[in-house]
Amino acid sequence: MSIKAKNVNYVYAEGTAYEIHALKDINLEIPDGQFVGLIGHTGSGKSTLVQHLNGLVKATSGRIYFNGRDIYGENFSMKELRSKVGLVFQYPEHQLFETDVLTDVCFGPKNLGFSKEEAQKKAKEALRMVGMGEEYDSRSPFELSGGQKRRVAIAGVLAMNPDVLILDEPTAGLDPKGRDEILDQIERLQKERGITVVLVSHSMEDVARYVDRIIVMNHGEVRFDGTPKEVFRHYEELEEIGLAAPQMTYVMQMLKKKGADVDTDATTVEEAAVTIENWLKGR
Amino acid sequence: MIRDITLGQYYPAKSVIHQLDPRVKLMTTIIYVISLFVAKGILGYVLATLFLAMAIRLSKVPFGYMTKGLKAIIMILMFTVVFNLFLIDGDVVLWRFGFLRITDQGVKTAVFMAIRLIYLIIGSSIMTLTTTPNDLTDGLERLLGPLKKIHVPVHEIAMMMSIALRFIPILLEETDKIMKAQIARGADFESGNLIQKAKAMVPLLVPLFISAFRRANDLAMAMEARCYHGGEGRTKMKPLHYESADKTAYGVVWGYLLLMIALTWYERLHPLILL
Repeated sequence: MSIKAKNVNYVYAEGTAYEIHALKDINLEIPDGQFVGLIGHTGSGKSTLVQHLNGLVKATSGRIYFNGRDIYGENFSMKELRSKVGLVFQYPEHQLFETDVLTDVCFGPKNLGFSKEEAQKKAKEALRMVGMGEEYDSRSPFELSGGQKRRVAIAGVLAMNPDVLILDEPTAGLDPKGRDEILDQIERLQKERGITVVLVSHSMEDVARYVDRIIVMNHGEVRFDGTPKEVFRHYEELEEIGLAAPQMTYVMQMLKKKGADVDTDATTVEEAAVTIENWLKGR
Repeated sequence: MIRDITLGQYYPAKSVIHQLDPRVKLMTTIIYVISLFVAKGILGYVLATLFLAMAIRLSKVPFGYMTKGLKAIIMILMFTVVFNLFLIDGDVVLWRFGFLRITDQGVKTAVFMAIRLIYLIIGSSIMTLTTTPNDLTDGLERLLGPLKKIHVPVHEIAMMMSIALRFIPILLEETDKIMKAQIARGADFESGNLIQKAKAMVPLLVPLFISAFRRANDLAMAMEARCYHGGEGRTKMKPLHYESADKTAYGVVWGYLLLMIALTWYERLHPLILL
């Protein structure tokens, strides 16, 4: 289920005094089953870009291909695209509206034409997947805590069984525990179901632990695109555009400068521990 | 999508009119409306046209923006013209078909009424295009100040107006976001009959109401935390005061109204034969 963007441009409020060039000539391809982190600071165009990927926003110019088919083509069904590419918005808990959790999660599959029973089955599956037990099914979504609401909202998209799952800042406003829980669950999902996941974030630290590939955006352009280790080697440039590499990258770079023979590609505490240990042993 | 709608329609530019005190602009608009109703003959309308043309030139707002407001009243305009054209009795009948007839007086009134309505809309658009909504409520609060003496809560009304105006773009953005989120979940806001469409609005309206209440709560809390307790004894961060340009503008506007009254009076004594 690859997604390919070709020369995508998006201009917001074209021809008025408030014109903004939000995306500038974006070219990228996201192959099957990849776990991608899309990083950039506020206003870099990352949210705009992901909304293009499931056809919510139409590019001013350029093409987007889903499995090789042009999504702006005549016979292309946007509804089908949206069932395949699930998008979880920022603060998704603000979209809850039903009287109980289960019915709310059923909204997506029902819109896809599934019967009530099938929709409920999918909804229950999705809810268990995000760690919401059966006891919550009949509760009102509005009496849950912030983190629980968010999980219900993510389940609302998961219940549609998307092949590609895009999450826009899924951890914004959560405490560290809630953040780790959600990210761990997303990782498990990606491994178990083999789906493609695009994780939008402005925090390198969050993303570095999970993803196979990082795309860095700045002022509507793709600035870096590669594995986390490749991208973090540009830690000085990252800082210039208001982002930062994980703290371990800095520690490793500093050790290297002081003459220690360590692997500067280590990004997590565990990796750092291993390479420092190796260096100490080999000395 | 929905975000493209501009509300309050302020057009940012640097012009003499943009920099005038909002009270001057409010008063000018009122005086201009009065002058349009004072004008009775061709000379009066020529003067009103000149005054409007001058204001448009000075405001530096593209003319296209001003005529946008006219689209909204096009139906009213047509009705006024048609009714006046066919229903007003005059001395000379110009055209007759069955019970329908057009007289010289009818044509004159229809044309003048149309001009009056168009000028009214353009005149008030100049005010809203050159003044930010916040300035406008500020000016309104000061102009209505004397009503406080008879216990009209002027400050509170102005505060409510500016909060409402402030929240329009936020709620629009929120609507856009929730709409997109539900479309991403397969919601369909476009097809179906009226009942289906109304039902499709539920997933949009419920979250929107909840978010509006949440925002109202947060704002009330924030205001209370800063000890807001209404208008009594409250001072402004940017108090309005008249500059020399504002005084000049007042002079021009009152002069214009006096000239209009004089012209109308003159025309009544020496009517110009038009038709």
